[in-house]
Amino acid sequence: MQQEVMFAGFGGQGILSAGKILAQTAMNEGLEVAWVPSYGPEMRGGTAYCTVVISDRAIGSPIIKNPLHLVAMNRPSLEKFAPDVKKNGIILVNSSLVAIGSGRDDVDEVRISATDIARDIGDARVANIVALAALVGRSRIVGTEDLINTVKAEFARKEKYIPLNLAAVDAGFAAAS
Amino acid sequence: MGKVLMKGNEAIGEAAIRAGCLNYFAYPITPQSEIAEYLSRRLPESGGVYLQGESEVAVSYMIFGAAGCGERVFTSSSSPGISLMSEGLSYIAGAELPCVFVNIMRGGPGLGGILPSQADYFQATKGGGHGDYHLMVLAPDSVQEAVDMVMESFRLAEKYRNPVMIIGDGLIGQMMEPVAFRDELKSEPLNKDVWASNGMSTRNSKTPNLVKSLFLSPEQLNAHNLKLKAKYEQMAREDLRFETYNMDADYKALIVSFGTMSRVCRTAIDDLKEEGIDVAMLRPQTVFPFPEKAIYDAALKKECKIVLSIEMNMGQMVEDVERSVKGQRPVEWYGKCGGEIPTPEEIQELVKSRL
Repeated sequence: MQQEVMFAGFGGQGILSAGKILAQTAMNEGLEVAWVPSYGPEMRGGTAYCTVVISDRAIGSPIIKNPLHLVAMNRPSLEKFAPDVKKNGIILVNSSLVAIGSGRDDVDEVRISATDIARDIGDARVANIVALAALVGRSRIVGTEDLINTVKAEFARKEKYIPLNLAAVDAGFAAAS
Repeated sequence: MGKVLMKGNEAIGEAAIRAGCLNYFAYPITPQSEIAEYLSRRLPESGGVYLQGESEVAVSYMIFGAAGCGERVFTSSSSPGISLMSEGLSYIAGAELPCVFVNIMRGGPGLGGILPSQADYFQATKGGGHGDYHLMVLAPDSVQEAVDMVMESFRLAEKYRNPVMIIGDGLIGQMMEPVAFRDELKSEPLNKDVWASNGMSTRNSKTPNLVKSLFLSPEQLNAHNLKLKAKYEQMAREDLRFETYNMDADYKALIVSFGTMSRVCRTAIDDLKEEGIDVAMLRPQTVFPFPEKAIYDAALKKECKIVLSIEMNMGQMVEDVERSVKGQRPVEWYGKCGGEIPTPEEIQELVKSRL
């Protein structure tokens, strides 16, 4: 089975890293993965997005028009990509920055105030980890323990950031349940 | 070593180091600048040389110089940069020096765009620079295959004393996939005592090795061209590579596609199979030499009605496919340019409309 997650938001919101942590976690679970970034011409502060493809067999096309899940960290991302999400997929909306809904009634729309939750933990910059954990908590696309282990490994060289990021993971799981 | 998740560009840089290549000269250009960025850090710490030239033209002659001295050397660029290097490539091919060029292709012509493309197929396989020469050209479809091909390319370049080019599209460079690296190659460049101009004292020889591409006598130049031609024929005999997909089925259509495009085709073939339509694919891994006979044989299978060459360009490889099929089956091109990539759905529709 193949599943795809699109992460989208402003440049600087940690969109590409959130995707990378998910891809790394799935790879550690023995799955095939591909992480495909947007690298087109973008202005500073413009949109950034990436797609993570996770599969139990070799991945054919890594270019995905219709992802199963979407994590929309800002309004332009939700407006642009919500129509593309597959039926019965998850649209995770960062409600701290996005007041509108996806307008879809055939998906599981999850609204999480990721930026506010991150700020309460201690740093708005971990909003990406909150959102990623919320998606994982809701979809179980990878194991929650495996995600925690990847986050620890990802910050192994910047150890002082591990507690903050683990708190973000916990908050994300809690918000999604 | 286990698998690591790596961006194609960085994995290409790492593969070159592990292939024993400690010389990299380049000039940055999107979408492959991460190769230079990665090597600017990794090469000095590995005891190698990273040098950013003043232009791609200069870089191509730095490669010429290092290769001529018997050093394992490579560079990388993207389409417009490769055009600038083409003069040097012709000289290097003429002087029969082994080295590796990586082209992470973007859309053209001119500055074009920065998104994935396969528009440099002609340039890579038919020469690019002047004169009668060919590069050996490898086309990976994944980060893992890019790594394997980079490692192997040095051995191939040395076997034939000929430049090898790896053409990946921007997606191969930008995408992250799991990769495993093979053991490192520690050997010196193959037979370099016979050709490298690195000082007679280094090899106890009384005969100097001469690196040149100038042959003013017509007899000598003709003989030189025949020698090069024989090498290209040997490549086709000994190092031709391709992969087939769904070829055991009674397929109605044959797709020929390479690189990222072939992965999209693979998805389309899987989806068509679920609908009961069998389509096969032949994916050239070497686009020069080209798998002519394999395509001819695959096209002539009884049920096969049509051959489709699907490319991220305006129809380049299709000419080689037509040449291979020799008019025995209809051959059609389908493709898109500039970073637009045909989708699996489009390919399914195309196949259905032709059967």
